[in-house]
Amino acid sequence: MTRVVALTGNQAAAEAMRQIRPEVCAAYPITPSTQVMETFAQFVADGRVDTELIPVESEHSAMSACVGAAAAGARVMTATSSQGLALMHEVLYVASGLRLPVVMAVATRALSAPINIHGDHSDAMGSRDAGWIQLYAEDAQEVYDTLLQAVRIAEHPQVLLPVMVCFDGFTTSHTIERLVILEDAEARAFVGEYQPAHPLLDLKRPVTYGPLVLPDYYTEIKRQQREAMDHAPGVIREVGKAFGERFGRFYGLLEAFHLQDAEVALLLMGSAAGTVKGVVEGLRQEGIKAGVLRLRAFRPIPAREVAAALAPLKAVAVLDRADSVGSPGGPLFTDLRAALGELPVRPRMVDYVYGLGGRDLLPEDVRRVYSRLVRLAAGEGEDEAVCQYLTVREAPRPLSPVGGA
Amino acid sequence: MSEGAKRGWRDLPAGALILEAGNAERYFTGDWRTQRPVIDLQKCTHCMLCWFFCPDSAIRVSQAKVEGVDLDHCKGCGICAAVCPVKIRAISMVEETQALRAGKDRE
Ligand code: SF4
Ligand code: SF4
Repeated sequence: MTRVVALTGNQAAAEAMRQIRPEVCAAYPITPSTQVMETFAQFVADGRVDTELIPVESEHSAMSACVGAAAAGARVMTATSSQGLALMHEVLYVASGLRLPVVMAVATRALSAPINIHGDHSDAMGSRDAGWIQLYAEDAQEVYDTLLQAVRIAEHPQVLLPVMVCFDGFTTSHTIERLVILEDAEARAFVGEYQPAHPLLDLKRPVTYGPLVLPDYYTEIKRQQREAMDHAPGVIREVGKAFGERFGRFYGLLEAFHLQDAEVALLLMGSAAGTVKGVVEGLRQEGIKAGVLRLRAFRPIPAREVAAALAPLKAVAVLDRADSVGSPGGPLFTDLRAALGELPVRPRMVDYVYGLGGRDLLPEDVRRVYSRLVRLAAGEGEDEAVCQYLTVREAPRPLSPVGGA
Repeated sequence: MSEGAKRGWRDLPAGALILEAGNAERYFTGDWRTQRPVIDLQKCTHCMLCWFFCPDSAIRVSQAKVEGVDLDHCKGCGICAAVCPVKIRAISMVEETQALRAGKDRE
């Protein structure tokens, strides 16, 4: 039996955590993910979950406590955003380097300065090389479903890597949506029991965590991490399929929308996919062969799958919700361009940075991108930059009575 | 690690964990030494100061007599040479490259 409920993305994350029953959660509040731990702390206070909740004095301490608890052999979860994720940065590498399957909900948010509390992917992109798996959810249902799956992915013996489940700050974290929640027992059974291979608290089999590893072994240990990440795509697919078979909602590395016969497509991650799909429905009615490819996994980047899906297309635009200033484009663009680099015939490829600091992506913005793609697909030349800001004000704009950008 | 060979990445414990207690002896700390101690056993009075001070337990001792240096673990810090009583000075530090060359010459 499932329940249909109305929850924010943050509450959906807390609900998943309550059902997962991690042994330890160490967290420090930060907008917009605060509500995850706030809701979860209430569950603990009400005795609805028996997790050891450790309130700490910073996110650096939060992740440090998570690392310690995970090394001890506990199943561990936490949540953060933005500056909090940045403050954790050092310890993120410790979690992945020690191969501790910590699962973290990340309500993505812009980074200071200028200070801004709203959604974009700058925070998560800053930790893309930290050795964590990064999955991006589109809506509250997917936040909930993905957290349940993330525990199994992280703890898979061939993976053993920490996982971030990222969802857009405010747009997903604070919007109340309708979603389906599983029975506690069903969710718990899907997640399964955690059998840590080398718990530090097993006094009969003493182990050392975190020895100094010099040039003669460091490379080998890093090579193992690459191998573990190489196993992740298969495991993400396998767990997403098992989830679908049990509960009817299937997940993979990518979500293709009207891509089968498409000539032009947008590639993106997160909540804006909803807006883009809406625009594509309209374009299809106008006879434009438009499609969407939404990446659910960014680390590992599903390079082969993306290349196979996009090879037949004529022109594609990447929508990056973070910039990587000084690079040829946003982080998603540079990765995907590299992914397509092996193809003998490639679609033309452009990049748009959008949605920074919570700026809305409007259907007319999306239409503008598709119009350019249609021109590119027709082989029209142009002198526009490959990477552009999609919704930047180039000139003064009179204030509108309803506000807006 | 096992003597004589370093394991490849597939055979090492994930996350650089050390799965046995007390195996530090099998990790050779002597491979980055730039100088090595050479003990003149004619001069040595077996006072054991070098054995006591060596941070890597690399002074080989048998039956309360100094026998030489465990070069697999000696890191060449020179503490033994510094603590050997001034009047005796039984230990001299020799450049590792010279010692290796001398070793080769003997082959
Ligand atoms: S040089 Fe240092 S490590 Fe080597 S035997 Fe002397 S004291 Fe020990
Ligand atoms: S300190 Fe000098 S004299 Fe004393 S045992 Fe060592 S080598 Fe011999």
